[in-house]
Amino acid sequence: MSLLRYRPDFFDSLRAVNLPFDAEVLSSLRAGELISLTGTLYTGRDQTHRRFEALLDSGEPLPIDLRGQLLYYVGPSPAQPGQVIGAAGPTTSYRMDTYTPRLLELGLAATMGKGGRSPQVRQAMEQHQAIYLATFGGAGALLSKCIKEAEVVAFEDAGPEALFRFRVEEFPAVVINDVLGHDFYEMVRQDQS
Amino acid sequence: MRKITFQEIAAAVRQLTMEAGTQLEPDILEALLVARDTEESLLARHVLELFISNADIASREKIPVCQDTGVAVLFVAIGQDVRVEGSLEDALQEGVQRGYVDGYLRKSVCDPLTRVNSGTNTPAVIHYEITSGDKLHISMLPKGCGSENMSGLIMLPPSAGKQGVIDFVVEQAVKAGANPCPPMVVGVGMGGTFEKAAYLAKKSLLRPLAAASPRHDIAALEQEILTEINRRGVGVQGLGGNHTALAVHIESFPTHIASLPVAVNIQCHAHRHKEIVL
Repeated sequence: MSLLRYRPDFFDSLRAVNLPFDAEVLSSLRAGELISLTGTLYTGRDQTHRRFEALLDSGEPLPIDLRGQLLYYVGPSPAQPGQVIGAAGPTTSYRMDTYTPRLLELGLAATMGKGGRSPQVRQAMEQHQAIYLATFGGAGALLSKCIKEAEVVAFEDAGPEALFRFRVEEFPAVVINDVLGHDFYEMVRQDQS
Repeated sequence: MRKITFQEIAAAVRQLTMEAGTQLEPDILEALLVARDTEESLLARHVLELFISNADIASREKIPVCQDTGVAVLFVAIGQDVRVEGSLEDALQEGVQRGYVDGYLRKSVCDPLTRVNSGTNTPAVIHYEITSGDKLHISMLPKGCGSENMSGLIMLPPSAGKQGVIDFVVEQAVKAGANPCPPMVVGVGMGGTFEKAAYLAKKSLLRPLAAASPRHDIAALEQEILTEINRRGVGVQGLGGNHTALAVHIESFPTHIASLPVAVNIQCHAHRHKEIVL
């Protein structure tokens, strides 16, 4: 079954961006821009972050170098035989807010999930020139088609909350927070009022 | 007495679980199509199209519609002329476990304090009801928690009246923003007691989307709240437009003269629900 028959036209109009980010490209992205990501990213959600924090608190290194990377908030469903990964859409980002400033300090360039971020995270993003992306919640089957390789890097025992490395091709996203401090959700709200 | 065996129940629930995870029901698909065709924002229309494609891929390839395959919530109505051979509770839990494991659905159930995952997605949350007749009716609602977390309950004073109900439900839905994966379905339980309101809010999500409350005044209230939520412009995925909610369902129950409990249970657009009668 060709993937093309499932692809809405939408996918053809997105700005192509490679991962990990080129610093100049990252700075040029603007809130509200639709992008299509190709390259490698890492995943993490609640327990992944809790473990990051425990490692940092005890002075131990993280299992990956976060500098310049995109961290995608996702807990995929298990792959069936012959599949790269199961459904893999975004989880809600605010639950990671408490951990995020510390990771941005370590050089994490971008995060991706769904829903708004706290004032503290937005401030830390501006300070460290990082961005936040949203992808489409409840489209996990379709998004799984953009994931070409998936490998557990750490915390395998955490099941869906393990740290994965994904190689993605043309993975769609919307820029919510850019390096200038714009917030697309806020822009939408202001536009409506 | 009509006999139903443990194995019959477990096998049926296993099948129900697997199908619920990968197939959207016609009512929600229809609602997404109508939303796409009446959406004013081009971006939102594109995203709705993407959700429709997603449902198509999920159902053809048996991939979960959403990776959050939920905590399994079951509404079980057992006819008083049914006799179950073996434990009904165990049969239901076993069916859920087998469905999540065999269906490659995500196991998301953990201890609230230690956060240790049970690995089987059990225990399911099961609500029982005893009815007349000799049938066993099982409704399955795999409930994702991005939306569940945006739910809320308030014990209003009766003086708050209808406007108090409207204000609370609209605020609860709108302040959730993009978190619960709008366009959402808003389940409301009104009246009863603290726990009855929450139960009714969840149960209201089982009603087919296009069906209004049989009570005319409540059907009008559902429409009024839906219109107000959609007027506020959160839109599909918080990206703007005129579809923040697909439907508002209100289930009402008589309450105390001192009380007006209102519970809001938010459901995402990947509104999975299935039922079976044994």
